[in-house]
Amino acid sequence: MSADSLIRSSAVDAVARGRRRRANRRRAIVVVLLALIAAAFLVSLVVGRTVYPLDQVLAVVLGQDVPGASFTVGRLRLPRATLAIVAGAAFGMSGAAFQTMLRNPLASPDIIGITWGSGAAASFAIVTLGLGGASVSTIAVVAGLAVALVIYLLSRTGGLVGLRLVLIGIGVAAMLRAATLYVLSKAPQWEEQEAMRWLAGSLNGASWSSAAPAILALVVLGPLLLVLARDLDVLRLGDDTASGLGVRVERTRLLVLVVAVGLLAFATAATGPIAFVAFLAGPIAARLVGTDRPLIVPAALIGALLVIVADFVGQYLLGTRFPVGVVTGVLGAPYLLFLIIRSNRAGGSL
Amino acid sequence: MTVDHTLEARRLTVGYRDRAVLHELDLVVPPGRITAIVGANACGKSTLLRSMSRLLAPRGGQVLLDGKAVHAMPAKQLARTLGLLPQSPIAPEGITVADLVGRGRHPHQGMLTRWRAEDDAAVAEALEATGSVELADRNVDELSGGQRQRVWIAMALAQQTELLLLDEPTTFLDVSHQVEVLDLLTDLNRSRGTTVVMVLHDLNLAARYADHLVALADGRVHAAGAPAEVLDAALVEAVFGLRSTVITDPVSGSPLMLPIGRHHAG
Repeated sequence: MSADSLIRSSAVDAVARGRRRRANRRRAIVVVLLALIAAAFLVSLVVGRTVYPLDQVLAVVLGQDVPGASFTVGRLRLPRATLAIVAGAAFGMSGAAFQTMLRNPLASPDIIGITWGSGAAASFAIVTLGLGGASVSTIAVVAGLAVALVIYLLSRTGGLVGLRLVLIGIGVAAMLRAATLYVLSKAPQWEEQEAMRWLAGSLNGASWSSAAPAILALVVLGPLLLVLARDLDVLRLGDDTASGLGVRVERTRLLVLVVAVGLLAFATAATGPIAFVAFLAGPIAARLVGTDRPLIVPAALIGALLVIVADFVGQYLLGTRFPVGVVTGVLGAPYLLFLIIRSNRAGGSL
Repeated sequence: MTVDHTLEARRLTVGYRDRAVLHELDLVVPPGRITAIVGANACGKSTLLRSMSRLLAPRGGQVLLDGKAVHAMPAKQLARTLGLLPQSPIAPEGITVADLVGRGRHPHQGMLTRWRAEDDAAVAEALEATGSVELADRNVDELSGGQRQRVWIAMALAQQTELLLLDEPTTFLDVSHQVEVLDLLTDLNRSRGTTVVMVLHDLNLAARYADHLVALADGRVHAAGAPAEVLDAALVEAVFGLRSTVITDPVSGSPLMLPIGRHHAG
């Protein structure tokens, strides 16, 4: 009896130790990512065509009036860097949610066309209809949900999960990209800046008024997605197992879908479809922290870091100024190829 | 120490599209015992198990747990009483054994509650009961088929339910691992009084390990009872369409079915 309980308590200790070790590692990585984001944020406020000293930048951030810096830092760089972090986090979370929900790294919303749905609708609303602000965000959200619904219905017969959905999504994405191009080419006030924003994603022209809906969406929908993360995570064990563990499979999937599309669409309305951030953030996060626990938080941090660093690189380190989506696109395309080659080897069905 | 939960199907009709798989099926699961559901391919074995664990909604009739319809119960409440191991669960890439088994705690946790000491204890106990403590920190991807099945059973044990439903828990396992898994389920039943209901395709292993044998044919219960009472050549003929001889298993004393086939005289 006593020997028995000795063995038992040592097993409990071993389990608790292993779990704590993994949790600590995860926490450490989250802290490092936060520090990196903070550093990148600060650098993108300080460094630019003109470099402002740190104390002036901090004064502007705290709301004081500094001649010169107040405009450049306060009106240009601060909203831009904030939007980079907010949009990156939204893309990252939403991408990881989709990939987890559909159990497929290829099933991120930028690959399967949902981002393009929001982007095409937002570009149409802005460029053709001349709308702005909240109505653009609303249109982007509705279009994103509509595209998600269409893909869901088209791929339903083959089971929601799997290659069929991805292939249909890629087709839908190509159509919506073409629609975006058409809208832009028909626009009377064709502008290269605007066109780049809706084709590759860009933070040019970011202002507080354009960033506000995305910030609000992240504040409201982000925590909701975190609450859903645990159920979402159990879904990875398969629908049957998840159901046996007390998860309402269909309801969870629907809620996650709506929240993730919402996050994505608000961010897309502000920045355009920044290429591959939603697609890359989840797998990078998984590589770093392991897939034991929900990836939503680490994926959000990776997304934010990707966008703010890529925007800085695109603006200052490449000679010519590139929109942020071009830089993330260069990072994402090889990974997409790698995944397609790998799934081709494994399944031979793509 | 355990409250004996009753699980029964009443006039249960389940179907896909226009084809009914189960027709007004009645079944009572004896509490605290091991029940094995057997039958030919496509006779509705898995459908029955899936309906009882409410993966499938009935078209008619109902499944009752302690007299209440399972399809109307809150999902997590049901999952604290009735555990399920489906036929092909998916192990997420890179997950460790301890974390996979920890997922069994899901129905005991709220949306925001933190991991508690009792969760660690439940995981450790489940690992120990399945002899997989030393696997705790390994990746599930690296395990052999038999080890993997033990780990999945451990996950279902961490759920700490008094009823456990398993859909073909021995598929894809070689014979020694099949026996190992069935021995393990017997241990659980004997030491904790867990009610076990499983679909098995091997009639002889079912006859050896089950207290209660349920033979399905054409979506109905053809016979149900203690293996020694229900399993005979007539049953095998009716359920599987196979001529056979049934003798007494010299190892366990349970009935043992020997198929005849076309090339051997009975």
